[in-house]
Amino acid sequence: MNHESASGLLLRARLDRGGFSLQVDVHLPATGITALLGPSGSGKTTCLRVLAGLEPQATGTVRVLGEVWQDSALGVFHPVHRRPVGYVFQEASLFDHLNVQDNIRYGFQRTPAAQRRHGWDHALELLGIAHLLQRRPSELSGGERQRVAIARALATSPRLLLMDEPLAALDTARKAEILPWLEQLHERLDIPVVYVTHSADEVARLADHLVMLEQGRVLAQGPVAELLTRLDLPLAHGDSAAALIDAITCGVQSDSGLCELRFDGGTLLLPQTRSTPLPERTPVRVRIQARDVSLSLVQPEQTSVLNILPATVADLADDGPGQVLVGLQLGGTRLLSRISRLSCERLGIAPDRRVYVQIKGVAMVR
Amino acid sequence: MRPGQAGLAAFWPAHSVLPNTMLLTASDLQAIGLTLKVATLTTVILALIGVPLAWWLARTRSWLKAPLTVLVALPIVLPPSVLGFYLLVAMGPNGPVGQWTQALGIGLLPFSFSGLVVASVFYSLPFMVQPVHNAMEAMGTRPMEVAASLRASPFDTFFSVVLPLCRPGLVTGAIMSFAHTVGEFGVVLMVGGNIPGVTRVVSVQIYDHVEAMEYGDAHRLAAVMLGFSFVCLLALHLYNNRHRRATP
Repeated sequence: MNHESASGLLLRARLDRGGFSLQVDVHLPATGITALLGPSGSGKTTCLRVLAGLEPQATGTVRVLGEVWQDSALGVFHPVHRRPVGYVFQEASLFDHLNVQDNIRYGFQRTPAAQRRHGWDHALELLGIAHLLQRRPSELSGGERQRVAIARALATSPRLLLMDEPLAALDTARKAEILPWLEQLHERLDIPVVYVTHSADEVARLADHLVMLEQGRVLAQGPVAELLTRLDLPLAHGDSAAALIDAITCGVQSDSGLCELRFDGGTLLLPQTRSTPLPERTPVRVRIQARDVSLSLVQPEQTSVLNILPATVADLADDGPGQVLVGLQLGGTRLLSRISRLSCERLGIAPDRRVYVQIKGVAMVR
Repeated sequence: MRPGQAGLAAFWPAHSVLPNTMLLTASDLQAIGLTLKVATLTTVILALIGVPLAWWLARTRSWLKAPLTVLVALPIVLPPSVLGFYLLVAMGPNGPVGQWTQALGIGLLPFSFSGLVVASVFYSLPFMVQPVHNAMEAMGTRPMEVAASLRASPFDTFFSVVLPLCRPGLVTGAIMSFAHTVGEFGVVLMVGGNIPGVTRVVSVQIYDHVEAMEYGDAHRLAAVMLGFSFVCLLALHLYNNRHRRATP
């Protein structure tokens, strides 16, 4: 993927504001969901606001799909209301004086007819809110409000959708309610989405591309599966370290009832969790946590573990007292394994060593 | 009966203490009509200048914000006679406003209906600006950012989002300005005088009745004022209660 191409997104920005300084140079692909990940105060939201034009003091360049929205060197700055961008704020921020339908129509009516690509009600079914049109915002649940806010942003036919921690203000149950709708968006939207979050779980479920921020600087950017397993980055460490594998379904084995997934590096079997099995050749994403992967020098036999695959050790890194993280290559796929330093020394684990990985847990995240 | 009470009774004729059932006099009705006219005009003018002023105060980071906020609030604490005195001087033949109105061919404003309205606008300014300003500050900047992201220009946003969201403040401001203008007295006396049909408003009419020992007339008109003010504030109270319940 050529991120330098004019068709993607370019955000090169600088902003200094009492004690906080942002200095980023980010190139994003023209499709899919890009997550901006980082701790509080790392500048995620500020990046989003610069993209939208909500931070007029920021200097730099914003170029979206070949259009220049800001170029401080040339004195170009399109104000927010002239940028074809949809913005979903952390709190839904619906207009209290309008009902759901009028909230959604607000932006649609103000979008020039030439820029409209669909009707105002285009996203109602996509977000499951058609039955809420006559309600007041105060009569909606937190999850419903956020879905209306997304539909309102989409009704302006944006060329770029920005979402600022849309799930942060919701409790766990509401998050679980809204995540499937966001996954739907991912499948059905043809515009790039930039999604701010501090949740590695949301990244695993939604993102294709990842930008990691820390103290106003870019720590790393690239495809999400690659960044999650890079041992030099903090995401690969800690208890939740995991690898993501994009695979396709290959049907359900009739004798065992197990679902077969094929990926670049082998085949995985996992129990059928859905009431209706996924059709064959559906793209899915699974997450394999580093603590669920153990290593063996010989192919283990007489074990209850279903998924045993040959792999090559790529790299190693210390991970807390007595623990080692092992980066593994299975064909074109990377996997992480956390083992004790003692086991590592006993087995002589070192780069290029051929091993067998035993995968004790596979979770389908998408 | 103690001596003091006898003296008071002599000073306070018993037969005119209680209001009788007689209707209001023609001059009373004229004063009421004039009062409503002044209050309505004042409220309309205040909406036109007070709302933009409140908006500016809510949004600006200028150093002028603090002194202007205080200046707007001054009529609340100043004696009406002080405010009236300065307005009289400013609008008089040698005052800056007076010279300007004369140059424009309007003539002099003191002791005229227009002068009364101008004075009322200054006198009631804080009652319009403060509730609207508070509502605008409470709203914050988020609704405007949302509107901008939905393609609304700043001008459009002001009318389609800011004003509707600040409606409780606007209603409070309008009712308070109206009621406060109806209730003014000191400024009217200083700037407007006591000209029937031109500047003699209800409060001045009541003063005249009392001066002339027409306590019955004073009573009836005072009761009208009391009832009106009570109804105004009650309506405002009920409106605010209902609005608070509607938006949790």
